[in-house]
Amino acid sequence: MTDISEPWLKVQNLTKQFGDGCEYCRGRNPEKLEKNYCPRCGTVYACQDVSFEVYEGEILGVVGESGSGKSTIMNCLYFDEDVTDGTCTIRDYHKGMSNIFEESSRQKRFIRNTLMGRVYQNPMLGLKMEFSSMSNIAERLIAAGDRDVQPMKERAEELLTCVNIPLFRAKEAPVNFSGGMQQRVQIAKALSTKPPVLLLDEVTTGLDLSVQANVLDLIKKLQRELHITMIVVSHDLGVIRMLAERTIVMLNGRIIEAGLTDQIMEDPQHEYTQQLVYSLL
Amino acid sequence: MTSDYNFAFLDEGSKREIRRATLKAIAVPGYQVPFASREMPIARGWGTGGLQLTLSLIGTDDIVKVIDQGSDESVNAVSMKNLICSTTGVEQTTDTQKATLIQSRHRIPEEKLTGGQILVLQVPLPEPLRLVEPSEYSTKRLHADCEYSGVWLLLFEQIMNYGRMTTGADHPVEVEGHYVMAPSPIPKFDNEKLNKAENLTLFGAGREKKIYAVPPYTNVKSLAFNDYPFEVEKFKNRKCRLCGATGVYMDELIDEKTGLTYYQCNDTGYCLKRMNRELQND
Repeated sequence: MTDISEPWLKVQNLTKQFGDGCEYCRGRNPEKLEKNYCPRCGTVYACQDVSFEVYEGEILGVVGESGSGKSTIMNCLYFDEDVTDGTCTIRDYHKGMSNIFEESSRQKRFIRNTLMGRVYQNPMLGLKMEFSSMSNIAERLIAAGDRDVQPMKERAEELLTCVNIPLFRAKEAPVNFSGGMQQRVQIAKALSTKPPVLLLDEVTTGLDLSVQANVLDLIKKLQRELHITMIVVSHDLGVIRMLAERTIVMLNGRIIEAGLTDQIMEDPQHEYTQQLVYSLL
Repeated sequence: MTSDYNFAFLDEGSKREIRRATLKAIAVPGYQVPFASREMPIARGWGTGGLQLTLSLIGTDDIVKVIDQGSDESVNAVSMKNLICSTTGVEQTTDTQKATLIQSRHRIPEEKLTGGQILVLQVPLPEPLRLVEPSEYSTKRLHADCEYSGVWLLLFEQIMNYGRMTTGADHPVEVEGHYVMAPSPIPKFDNEKLNKAENLTLFGAGREKKIYAVPPYTNVKSLAFNDYPFEVEKFKNRKCRLCGATGVYMDELIDEKTGLTYYQCNDTGYCLKRMNRELQND
């Protein structure tokens, strides 16, 4: 029996750097670097020693300014980038005993297809724009090993209904859709294999307020009804406040504050978080 | 030898390089082996890949047959035959059973090929994933991981749009349980001839610089969904107007005088052979 009080996803010391570093920045504690990059060799320390846990059914928010490493965490978790260092374990995968960053690329694809779903900030990355919405959803099912057309078609229709896309447009390519609809197709695609965790990366950026509300409502609804664990990345505190139960705040590739969302909003400890919260109000 | 060129046009170093790639391709069925495609005296895309394979493999004892879309007498086939024969002096034939080396474009001959024969197919687009993934770097990784959802996606999209799989030619096949391969633009009708074939089939893509192979007795499965099985072209109640053959791949033609549709064997060598046999029997 798995222990529910165990975290579902556990990330430890996740580090991602772009570049090999030089004598100047390697010898120095990266914390001492003014920004997250080395002024001499240009190596970018996108994430440094990031550790966090996600529990089943909760929504974890990740906030921070642009370039603070939020999306890098997502990319690493979804294997779009290889990590420099760090471990990540999933409770339901090998009983949390294996570091998923060190798995073979086939296993990584398996984890991607069955245990995680991702919604990209840019729908171009998550969808095949020229193929119909239905096929886009089916692609994930096919990747997970489904080889029956009829059940896949029914599942795709069910999901599109769930994200409020009229079925008469199901055979249309997402390239013809509005931004909000594209985002919803992405969500439907990510949900198609019923993954226990969903990675949402700036899902509402670039959408107008009413559509934003629409998408956020949808995410809330999904979490309530399907009890999906989510990691929500956003630079928008409003989104985080509405969705997340717990939040981590990032600056220059490091976590500077973590705690309950309300607590962080009401009583920010770190200087940067204070600025962030007060600029909102 | 009737020309000043080296035997079989290519220099020995080039032939050796192509043979090495060919051996590797045979060792890993369905895997696309890159090779240094040479300049040929025909344009890229006109069968340079197939021609290089043929020229690198041909010996003085070989009997060569070249087909273009089933026809032994089309311009492309004749020109290539001339090049091969004038630089090697080997015998040419239109008889599939007599030939030891058959170069073909878009067809596998009707007559069953046997153990000693080599079939060389010309390939325009060797990558079955290219339509969904433009990057070669990515497709190589997808092949390594056996991740072919892109190919299946293309088939799924066809079913969504037209209610059935509509690839007329070049229907993707899975070779020996791993690599998904483009069988060159042969009609679906010919896909089944690849499965467990006794002969060696080689694929050469000159423009894309790839060689791949289906060795003898290899499992070749045409991709199909469980509830939408693979179906080949059917020529029910159709008979070749010239030789009366049935159950072969046929061309649909229109008689310009009467305006009526008629059918004729696509494989001209096969058709001719049948007609000659009839004459002999009479």
